Amino acid sequence: MTALLTAKGVSAFYGQTQVLYDLEFNMAEGGITTLLGANGAGKTSTLRALSGMLRTHGEIRFNGQPITGKATEDIARLGIAHVPEGRGTFVRLTVEENLQLGAISRGNRKEIADDVERVFNYFPQLRVRYYQQAGTLSGGEQQMLAIGRALMLRPKLMLLDEPSFGLAPRIVQELFGILRTLNRQEKVSMFLVEQNASLALDLADHAYLLETGRVVMAGDAKEIREDEGIRRSYLGY
Amino acid sequence: MDLFIHQVLAGLATGAIYACMALAVVMIYQAIDHFNFAQGEMAMFSTFIAWQLMEWGFPYWAAFFLTIAISFAAGVAIERSIFRPLHNAPVMSHVVLFIAIFVIINSFAGFIWDFNIKSFPTPFGTRPVLGQGLLSAHDAGMIAVVLILLLLLFVFFRYTRVGLSMRAAAANPESAQLVGVRVSWMLALGWGMAAAVGAVAGMMIAPVVFLEPNMMLSILLYGFAGAVVGGLTSPLGAVIGGFSVGVIENLAGTFIPYIGREMKLSIALALIVAVLMVKPSGLLGRKIVSRV
Repeated sequence: MTALLTAKGVSAFYGQTQVLYDLEFNMAEGGITTLLGANGAGKTSTLRALSGMLRTHGEIRFNGQPITGKATEDIARLGIAHVPEGRGTFVRLTVEENLQLGAISRGNRKEIADDVERVFNYFPQLRVRYYQQAGTLSGGEQQMLAIGRALMLRPKLMLLDEPSFGLAPRIVQELFGILRTLNRQEKVSMFLVEQNASLALDLADHAYLLETGRVVMAGDAKEIREDEGIRRSYLGY
Repeated sequence: MDLFIHQVLAGLATGAIYACMALAVVMIYQAIDHFNFAQGEMAMFSTFIAWQLMEWGFPYWAAFFLTIAISFAAGVAIERSIFRPLHNAPVMSHVVLFIAIFVIINSFAGFIWDFNIKSFPTPFGTRPVLGQGLLSAHDAGMIAVVLILLLLLFVFFRYTRVGLSMRAAAANPESAQLVGVRVSWMLALGWGMAAAVGAVAGMMIAPVVFLEPNMMLSILLYGFAGAVVGGLTSPLGAVIGGFSVGVIENLAGTFIPYIGREMKLSIALALIVAVLMVKPSGLLGRKIVSRV
């Protein structure tokens, strides 16, 4: 498979403080890659670096094109949909407006209307809530809205920052099932950041382990799952 | 009863002034999520530009629309040149800048056009429309302009993609960038539109209060009051709020003893405090509810 996104020697900074050191990773087209790590390991920072929200050095290429140093909105327009930590819902706007915003960089109204239907197919609950203020949705519904909003971009790559955060286990199961379907049916590649390592390794086909801003392990999701150290530190058995 | 109706009508006439200004206040609030204290001075300066154009021989409506265009460009320029570089500065720095712009524009206007009051023409005439001196043609025209402006803004924010992008950029800039909204240009656009609405307000108000560098001082306060009463996120609320402030002020001045002309401004401020205490989001402002 060809690499959709490659990162080489990527470092990132909050002001003067360096948070990522010399990261290197590849994401295969059509695959699901997960980034594991403890609190503060730099998972969210890695996603923010990819989206141009942090001062970043090094080389990041998307579809062969360098994107380091580009503006966040330009990176989004290339087809990278970032579902941020905390879901990034526009709470004062309606569900409809949230979805429309996801497609704001696209022009064809007919296609956009079709895509809203597509999102409803994956998340029927959003149809019921369509005209409701997004802030009144439950946590699970808001996460679905966030993913729906990302789909409206027709992304090649989705960056998902802890989609399971704060949700009931049953909802999480449902959500991850939908993510798997999206990956297969919509051919969306995914880069998944998760605290819940077991869940993430089930979904992903490739995994990286991050410790204090450095990649310390990389490999096939299955192999990583078998690894003694990982099992003890992150899977808890 | 007659007196009551008269005072309500007179209140609506002044209310139209406040509603105009409140619209401009809401406009900038939608874009940058806080007040712009220099809003009134920007409107005053725009009005001077219109006056100057007419002095140079432009017909009224040509000067009117040209002023709107110039003000829009100036609003965008202010955002690009002054606020853009300080984008990540704390709110207090912005407040200081607002005050600086306020003072600079005020003295600049005085420097160019001096502080003597000038009369400013009305395109609607001054003959009475209702009763004797209750509602003049200018008052009626001003009310119509406010309503047209309101309709345009409503359609813009509710039905256009640019309007939606602007609301998103103001509410949650980071999320807006992540879906591809060009947030910094939305801010500039918001400044431009607020300046343009302010220019309309200034040109409507000037025939009533006369043109001079300090004409907007108290009117901006009333505009703030109107916007707060109506809810800072709602153009319709701002207009209703503006009219209410005008009517309430007039009725209180007439019917409550001891509140003469001197105490009128206090009523506007008392209204702000009362509304913030009872219903912080204003009459029509959307309450921010969120679940986790």
